[in-house]
Amino acid sequence: MTTTLNRPAAGRTAATKPKPTFRQRLNVFDMKASPYLYIAPFFILFALVGLFPLGYTFFVSLFDWHLLKGQGEFVGFQNFAEVLQDRFFWNSLFNTVSIFLISTIPQLIMATIIAAVLDQNLRAKTFWRMSILLPYVVTPVAVAMIFTNMFGEQYGLINNILSSFGIDPVMWKNDTLPSHIAIATMVNWRWTGYNALILLAAMQSVPRDIYESAAIDGAGSMRRFFSITLPSIRPTMVFVIVTATIGGLQIFTEPRLFDPVAAGGTARQFQTTVLYLWEMAFQRQNFGKASTIAWLLFLIILLFGIVNWLISRRIATNGDDRGAASRRRRQRSSAAEAKADDAGLTAQAVTAPAAAPDSTPRSGK
Amino acid sequence: MTLTQNRPAAPAPQRTSRSLTTRKALFGNGRRPGFLTYGLLIAFFLASAYPLWWSVIIGSRSNEALGETWPPLLPGGNFWTNVGEVFDTVPFWLALGNSVLISGIITISVVGFSTLAGYAFAKLRFRGRNWLMVAVIATMAIPTQLGIIPLFMLMRTLGWTGEIGAVVIPTLVTAFGVFFMRQYLVDVIPDELIESARMDGASMISTFWHVALPAARPAMAILGLFTFMTAWTDFLWPLLVLDAGNPTLQTALSQLQSARYVDYSIVLAGAVMATLPLLALFVLAGRQLISGIMQGAVKG
Repeated sequence: MTTTLNRPAAGRTAATKPKPTFRQRLNVFDMKASPYLYIAPFFILFALVGLFPLGYTFFVSLFDWHLLKGQGEFVGFQNFAEVLQDRFFWNSLFNTVSIFLISTIPQLIMATIIAAVLDQNLRAKTFWRMSILLPYVVTPVAVAMIFTNMFGEQYGLINNILSSFGIDPVMWKNDTLPSHIAIATMVNWRWTGYNALILLAAMQSVPRDIYESAAIDGAGSMRRFFSITLPSIRPTMVFVIVTATIGGLQIFTEPRLFDPVAAGGTARQFQTTVLYLWEMAFQRQNFGKASTIAWLLFLIILLFGIVNWLISRRIATNGDDRGAASRRRRQRSSAAEAKADDAGLTAQAVTAPAAAPDSTPRSGK
Repeated sequence: MTLTQNRPAAPAPQRTSRSLTTRKALFGNGRRPGFLTYGLLIAFFLASAYPLWWSVIIGSRSNEALGETWPPLLPGGNFWTNVGEVFDTVPFWLALGNSVLISGIITISVVGFSTLAGYAFAKLRFRGRNWLMVAVIATMAIPTQLGIIPLFMLMRTLGWTGEIGAVVIPTLVTAFGVFFMRQYLVDVIPDELIESARMDGASMISTFWHVALPAARPAMAILGLFTFMTAWTDFLWPLLVLDAGNPTLQTALSQLQSARYVDYSIVLAGAVMATLPLLALFVLAGRQLISGIMQGAVKG
């Protein structure tokens, strides 16, 4: 744009040719420098509050470092060696992944079903959409409190109901798997509706005539769902999975508040990795090891991210059966967006917003 | 799905509003879904609402309600007594004020910087634009939350622990915000508009101010809404840098539960009180929230 803008101005002054006036030079400077000035705050702040701390975490992890006493001896990778042999660390990782799986898989299935139900010619659309989004406005802390109460072992609502059906009370806090289910339920309750809406948006960008012709060809509603709807929303599905992964592996609030006294249960049966990090840093006051845990978790999340990226790339490349929606999206996307697509899963998925304008006329009702 | 299937069976028996007729013309089916669909929707609604309703029930009774074999279905009359207990236990109003202040500052900052940078990426040409944009996208995948230890050390060195500033600083800007604004602005502002503003002699910043900013408003509102929500619900960081005497709503709420003997009627009364502000926001801006999510807004 700089160039196009420049031209007419230059043309006008061409007659009087000689040196550019101060004003013109100022103008050129304005044009060249402004873009950098506009993006500078982001990059500077991000470097300060995002990148630097992450890098410094690595630095700290190489030292004996105490919360109060501060920097101690340089120990190299000893912290890493110790943390990798620490069974509490592996325990926390197991719990994190277990809770993540128990929360993500049912949540995605449920969200897809809800989205499919909402993707019909409903009365009072907005009401139903709002009703499934309601849990999203309850903060995780409040969610944790409500569900901690409902999952109480002695007087909890759920055990009360179970016992009135003659079922033995479940030890929601003391047993590993039940505690994971309880925590996953908190996550699921808050996020299912939210993800359902994202999937609904993807479903609505599938042109209806595809369904029409499939129906004429004799495809039943189940067949249409599995052969048209699901393939079409796959890119969005990847996006939902990626965000669920990045968030899910950093889960803290729910397990922290599920047992307000011990950090993650008396036998660490639901201590997640961030919770262990927190315990290491602020209760055991070992900043060196806590930083090591942070850095290892960072690597693990990155690993998950790369795996996700590879999967989403495969979906993107062998995508003959991808829905028309994503194909259309691809056509619309500019070169920069295509580049963004390559840059990573997040981008691949977030290009979804670019497709939104097509779907708004319909979804707006 | 169900609708297409039923299409030939019966002409839509209900009101012929205009939207319905256009729909019919467009998609060839005006058939409304059946009871099964609405049954499911009601089930979803109950699943969404019941835990909240349960917190109202318990929050308005006393702890004994929990022992009853058949759970009560209606609220009791103890709500304000319990709320009084909440006020006695934690500095509720201070926490509410802190949360409003923190979330407000973060929202203004994120929306402002993101709009500025998003506009530059969407509409201005400059050297390195593409790879800088890729850098922004790449940073979206970095879990910055894991940098809490150096950030905590930094805040302690600066002597800011316990103060609002310590909570605000790490979230003044997000890569997602920049990306979101760029995606929106790239389509919504015609290049000609910017060019003509420039030809009329407007400086870059005044072009931004008079052309880009008005066009960006809808996206700014959505980004603001989600940034506010994210800041409001944040728990780990404020827990680390603030102390019990100067909490946010979330950390204050968690204090209710950390007592040795947990009185759930008080805890849940607190949860209800803390949910009310966002519930109000939901009633006012629920539609925007929905359209924001459906346009691909991302959870924080």
